[in-house]
Amino acid sequence: MIGGLSAFSVRFFKEVFIPPYEIEQIRKHMIELGMKTLPIVGVTGFIIGLVIAMQLSPVLIRFGAEAFLPGSVGISIVRELGPVICALIFAGRVSSGIGAELGSMRVTEQIDAMEVSGVNPFRYLVVTRIFATTFILPILTVYVIFISLIGAYIAVVLVQNMTWAYYLDRVIFAVEFGDAIPGVSKTFVFGFIVGLVGCYKGFTTENGTEGVGKASTSSVVVSSLLILIFDMVLVKLSLWIWPTVK
Amino acid sequence: MMIEITDLHKSFADNKVLDGVSFNVDEAENMIVFGRSGTGKSVLLKCMIRLLEPDSGSIKIQNKNVLQLDIKELNELRKDIGFLFQGAALYDSMSVRENLEFPLIRNFDFDRKEINERVHFVLEAVSLLEAIDKMPSELSGGMKKRIGLARSIITKPKIMFYDEPTTGLDPITAKEISVLIIDLQHRLKMTSVVVTHDLLCAKIIADRAIVLEDGIIVKEGSIHDLITSEDPLLKNFFSDEIFEIKGSKK
Repeated sequence: MIGGLSAFSVRFFKEVFIPPYEIEQIRKHMIELGMKTLPIVGVTGFIIGLVIAMQLSPVLIRFGAEAFLPGSVGISIVRELGPVICALIFAGRVSSGIGAELGSMRVTEQIDAMEVSGVNPFRYLVVTRIFATTFILPILTVYVIFISLIGAYIAVVLVQNMTWAYYLDRVIFAVEFGDAIPGVSKTFVFGFIVGLVGCYKGFTTENGTEGVGKASTSSVVVSSLLILIFDMVLVKLSLWIWPTVK
Repeated sequence: MMIEITDLHKSFADNKVLDGVSFNVDEAENMIVFGRSGTGKSVLLKCMIRLLEPDSGSIKIQNKNVLQLDIKELNELRKDIGFLFQGAALYDSMSVRENLEFPLIRNFDFDRKEINERVHFVLEAVSLLEAIDKMPSELSGGMKKRIGLARSIITKPKIMFYDEPTTGLDPITAKEISVLIIDLQHRLKMTSVVVTHDLLCAKIIADRAIVLEDGIIVKEGSIHDLITSEDPLLKNFFSDEIFEIKGSKK
């Protein structure tokens, strides 16, 4: 599978620069995938922000460091929780959908029909989707980070009676350029993984409807696993580029 | 000669599906490929248009060696070929109109007027003008086949490949589709290769037929020759089909 995924990504990079560029299809997929995922990542982000602040608050009070609550919550959300949680939810929602959609097109010969009519199905179906997931996930992540910070603020207010302006000021003071950029940047890679795995599993589906089910399920499993593995690598890389302790 | 197939071989792992298939199809001729399920009929058709790559052999269409064409040349050739898939293969996410417009918009520089005229022409030809704004999920099996047929002829191809055009349809609809195919063949003067095991469909459409068994051609001739053959394999193959036709006539 690793070999297949690698060959599939090489083919993507070969074909993505060759015209005609399917701008209309990319736009359509970005809107569709973004709108489809917006509510679920919003709710998840809000809850994660709320919970992380509720968890951290008693710990920081224990160490007499409750003043650092907004900053530590902000850093956790911006650096790690926002991007990774958003990517995992996105993988569950989108990768399985792409796998099932392309898988169904494969087994019902729609992809063959496209090829016969002189249209490159890889460029029309795969390149557009991978491009869309790569660029829509960072946008969704920024939205999730913002919603998570609102959720965290509600938890902070319950214990510290803090104004929104002060809270935001503390968050902005704590979160540095080196926290925000790597956090959001890595979601381009996560988005690429979600699109790549979903398209690969769907495009190479075999064995009829049973194969479609397998493509859908394994898309989520593989893309989630790859997101966590690449997160590990990218965190190490970002700490090397932007060290947190000077 | 419009199509020349010479010594075509295709295997999937250890399973030899085509084992030296050779035949020719003349211009405007309707060739039927008979055979039981799993004898390699659809594989043959897909190799002819390079949806599958054969292991060896030669395929010439309009005097072009299909296996030596690069992707650009192959796509040029494919503009002259229509393909009706077994399940019609309509794009689920597109309406009937969008399905029909798709090959025109992607491959030709027609203006909107020309596209509309062609869409209306093919829908009238298959008697489904009223389905123009429907989605594939709203169509019956027979209607899907008709729209699939309309989509494959909208580019006015010189050659048509039909993969089991009547499979899964009731006998009346199957006959209607067969009559529609022969009617369109006459009107558009196309060369066609039809893969089927439906004898009634073959009788309506065929000028000539070949029978495929275990990856080789075991008989070639007119439908009458095949039906009246004393070959035990052919007698066995056609006896059930003839029984079905007689039954449906009663």
